[in-house]
Amino acid sequence: MTGYERIVVGESFDCGVHVFTAEEIKRFATTYDPQRFHTDEAAATETHFGALCASGWHTAAAMMRQFVGRLYAEIEAARARGEPAPNLGPSLGIDELKWLKPVYVGDEVSFSGRIVAKRESGSRPGWGIVSVESTGVNQSGETVFSCVGHILVAKTEDG
Amino acid sequence: MAKRYFEDFVVGERLPLGSRRVTRSEIIAFAAEFDPQPFHLDERAGEGAPVSGLMASGWHVGALFMSMLCGGFLLDSSSMGSPGIESLKWRKPVRPDDTLTASSTVVDTRASKSRPEMGIVRFRHEVVNQADELVMWLDNSIMFGRRGSGS
Repeated sequence: MTGYERIVVGESFDCGVHVFTAEEIKRFATTYDPQRFHTDEAAATETHFGALCASGWHTAAAMMRQFVGRLYAEIEAARARGEPAPNLGPSLGIDELKWLKPVYVGDEVSFSGRIVAKRESGSRPGWGIVSVESTGVNQSGETVFSCVGHILVAKTEDG
Repeated sequence: MAKRYFEDFVVGERLPLGSRRVTRSEIIAFAAEFDPQPFHLDERAGEGAPVSGLMASGWHVGALFMSMLCGGFLLDSSSMGSPGIESLKWRKPVRPDDTLTASSTVVDTRASKSRPEMGIVRFRHEVVNQADELVMWLDNSIMFGRRGSGS
């Protein structure tokens, strides 16, 4: 993913793997989502989840971490080559966020992104809105997470 | 307060979730771990962008909303988790020392056809700041156990 003009709808990219540890699942959940199936291994076995699993917001945050890591690595690489680096703005929102399967302790989730749409911003001259579908797949090949995010990306060229 | 089951949610009911102040240090700590973009880490970032200055990660605002939802009623309910978020919009940046106030309005309730022990409640959740500006809203469904089903 580069500057707005060079972004190609349909392009996809890997964002790497995040491994969910029990410590991290419980630490996130204790602060933000202290439901018993996210904070307590023993209590979780008595719920329909059957075992400790990550807060859905934790899965989303881990996706963001991987996505940002990938994007900013590309930005740094573009700068190193002396090319114009894309300027990213904040996200406007998301659609169709799905927590499809629980994320359990030790799960290795591979995240990837795919550009699904782009359009120029009507209200923000010089900026475009890029829609990215993010997907997380666990070590068994099951899709556990997906969403479509809408991100502001600066236009780097005149026009 | 009595534990809430699926049957206790009434369409049109608005559930207050309380308020929470957001500190600069927690904005930066969350961003450093999950969303390390310059405008979530540094006051000087974002010059020339549509919105400049230090602002909380949208996912942090979502997580803060979740903590208010838990304290508001979810921990004392028969919650069985959520299939997802239909739509979410971040409307205004959240800045250090903002105080966020959240609410959940029941939009729809329906019994599960395939799982008689549970029902699904659809909400419109809203988060406003101390100036009563809407900073985030989301449409989301949560599954709840039915009364007498043992959940």
